[in-house]
Amino acid sequence: MDEIKMRVEHISKSFPGVKALSDIDFAVRRGTVHALCGENGAGKSTLMKIINGIYKADTGQIYIDGQPVEIRNPIQAREHGISMIAQELNYVPDLTVEENIFLGRLPVNKIGKVDWKTVRREANKFLQEQELPYSPSQTLRTLTVSDIQMLEIIKAITNNAQIIIMDEPTSSISQKEVELLFGKIEELRASGVSIIYISHKMEELFAIADDITVIRDGSVVNTHRVTELLPQDPSKEEIEAATNVIISEMVGRKLENVYPKEEVKIGDVALEVEHFCCKNIFDDISFNVRKGEIVGFAGLVGAGRTETMRAVYGLDPHDSGKVKVNGKEVQVKDPRGSIDNGVIMLSEDRREYGLVPVRSVMENASIANLKAYFYGGRAHPAKEKEEVSKYFKKMNVKTPSLETPISSLSGGNAQKVLLSRWMLCEPDVMILDEPTRGIDVGAKFEIYKLMTEIVKEDKAIIMVSSEMAELIGMCDRIYVMCQGRVTGCLSREEFSQERIMMFATGLMNRKEKEGAS
Amino acid sequence: MGKNAKTQQFIQKYSIFIVLIVMFLACSALSPYFLKANNMINIMRQICVGLLIAYGEMILIVSGFLDLSIASVLALSGVLSVSAYKSTQSLAVAILVALAVGIVCNLFNAFFVANVGVPAFIATLGMQQIARGIALYYCGGSNILQLGNFTVMGQGMIGPIPLPVIVVVAITVVIWYLINQTRWGRSLYAIGGNRNAAEASGINVKYSIYVGYIVNGMLAGLAGIIFMARNNAGLPNGAVGYEMTGLTAAIVGGTSMTGGVGTVMGTVAGAFIIAFLENIMNLVGVDSYIQQIIEGFIVVVAVGADIFSKGRKSTKVIIAPTDTEKKEEK
Repeated sequence: MDEIKMRVEHISKSFPGVKALSDIDFAVRRGTVHALCGENGAGKSTLMKIINGIYKADTGQIYIDGQPVEIRNPIQAREHGISMIAQELNYVPDLTVEENIFLGRLPVNKIGKVDWKTVRREANKFLQEQELPYSPSQTLRTLTVSDIQMLEIIKAITNNAQIIIMDEPTSSISQKEVELLFGKIEELRASGVSIIYISHKMEELFAIADDITVIRDGSVVNTHRVTELLPQDPSKEEIEAATNVIISEMVGRKLENVYPKEEVKIGDVALEVEHFCCKNIFDDISFNVRKGEIVGFAGLVGAGRTETMRAVYGLDPHDSGKVKVNGKEVQVKDPRGSIDNGVIMLSEDRREYGLVPVRSVMENASIANLKAYFYGGRAHPAKEKEEVSKYFKKMNVKTPSLETPISSLSGGNAQKVLLSRWMLCEPDVMILDEPTRGIDVGAKFEIYKLMTEIVKEDKAIIMVSSEMAELIGMCDRIYVMCQGRVTGCLSREEFSQERIMMFATGLMNRKEKEGAS
Repeated sequence: MGKNAKTQQFIQKYSIFIVLIVMFLACSALSPYFLKANNMINIMRQICVGLLIAYGEMILIVSGFLDLSIASVLALSGVLSVSAYKSTQSLAVAILVALAVGIVCNLFNAFFVANVGVPAFIATLGMQQIARGIALYYCGGSNILQLGNFTVMGQGMIGPIPLPVIVVVAITVVIWYLINQTRWGRSLYAIGGNRNAAEASGINVKYSIYVGYIVNGMLAGLAGIIFMARNNAGLPNGAVGYEMTGLTAAIVGGTSMTGGVGTVMGTVAGAFIIAFLENIMNLVGVDSYIQQIIEGFIVVVAVGADIFSKGRKSTKVIIAPTDTEKKEEK
């Protein structure tokens, strides 16, 4: 199958002050999965938005089936058979499953009345075909994020799309659902649909892609055929070598060591949580973390890791249980109290619980530590500026100025601003929930390095992550949770993806003795 | 390019003051009477009540809320204050009563907004009816007349300058201080910008909302005193629609309805732009009904401009087709 389904030529796009894309050429073959790689801000999303008609290119031309086409908006894109599953899902929470499937194209009869019978019949048919266990009359609010993601994919299929763009479809779904998704992608590919697949997860690319195009700084670096990059049935080493080729093209340099883990002297217990319970959410959670230690929390989506941490931090209530900081029992009431006790939490959801988008990077950094800059009846802006700049330098935050709104920073830089926010509070224990989600390889590496620096300063880190590789790479111990309970605790010698999965799926369950190190 | 971006930033930041200056110059050109000292003092006197309300609205809009009840609360605290003055002959008591009434009404607002989670629009819409109803019930529907010395609060002069103008200047300084020099002020912007993030960052959101509404209530009480004193009567039906005057000034002054953005000086500029406009329309003899139509347009245009400029700041840019594309289209 070498027939070109879609081709873009000489696409350039500038935003005020930024050249986002320059002279992009890129072609997608019919019935293939074409992966698009690049760091955050490399221009992948911009290119996809141009193809989907959300942005207009400054120059260049899009061809579909060899014909030049003009795509002015997503509706026209849909008419050309293009469908996009955005990274941030677009859905109406109070509408039902069937209404969402047919959103914007509900079938009507002659006098304009919606033909609900057809809607129900078609929706049922699709749900059955796709083996999705929910009812068409359920509202989306009652579904989980990953359910909704699957629904979005179905929606794209019901549009009879010939080209489906998937922007990081696996960033918020569990391993099992990833398999389901990949199965679906296989089916689509077999039926001649072309898929453009954007992901930061390297291991996915070789599992799913036929072609890989790497974009850096708004230009195409290279396009590979996976068959040329890898032999049939490749060994682990061969995959690793191929991954390194892609990564070095993405970042423009070689990454020597993906996980800069260093041996750090382990000290006393910094945070001890005992028998933490919250009805129906998590049950009898006990764990501890020592100074100088990075302790991981693994588990599938919905295992209750985030919920537990939010309760430990005081963002959500809990029913019973004790928390000790540096050996002293504390009452967990609210985030302010926890911050004052030396415990902070970096939220998994940057947009919802982290960033204040309209405000400057400086205000975003200082917000948790206002006491230090407002005292004696007035503000101390010079001090604020100095301390924030100091941490920005340490964290290597790249921002045009301190007054720049944080919404104009890339994901990785915004995350470093948020880390600076918490470092300014000088905490003893940092709970980092998915600290590298949605950020590019280069910034990930910087965050790992920062974590290493942080624990060297005698602080303790709890890292909740869905990426097993980074947990294994960075942690001293890993607790595994399954359905609201801690099912196991592994020490570094015991780390393996398989073992973690056994605990995470509940196949194995071992009550760990507290304080194992 | 860097220089261009900087100029652009400068213009964006100070655009409201540029508009104000242009407006001022245009008004001076349109009517010789505009620049007369009498007219200027008149404008300042007229702006007082509206500006106090605008500060209240600005504080609340910045934190992601608003207050539709402020004009009714103004009337209620005004008539109760007048009545307290008439029975005690003490200005101090009258002022305390006005402030207390403003605060109590706004504790009600804050409770429903912060603790119960009722949208501010609904909670304060309810209060709008409640406060107006109490004011009318208390007065039996009629006005309270013969205020005696109470009128000094609205009509008194210190040298050539009206007393309320001096009061409002002092309040401006206080509000500026609260917004820019206190932890509470900074918290408002964070709450309005992203309430969840503010909460997760250890900001006491409820406390900040309560303080916001309390300050708003005190402003309403003070505005009530000045309003009644200027009219030389306790008017339970007075100041209807003033919440819109305040909202307009705040919004024209760059306060963003989506929260997190707004300044005291911008609000002052917004209030003056509207005051100049009203004044010049009176001076050149524009029909007062037409004035209302024009003011309505201004609110929509101001919010539209705010949304438009935000759209430009973000990446959603519609760039005109280049020459090559135009040729292709042909």
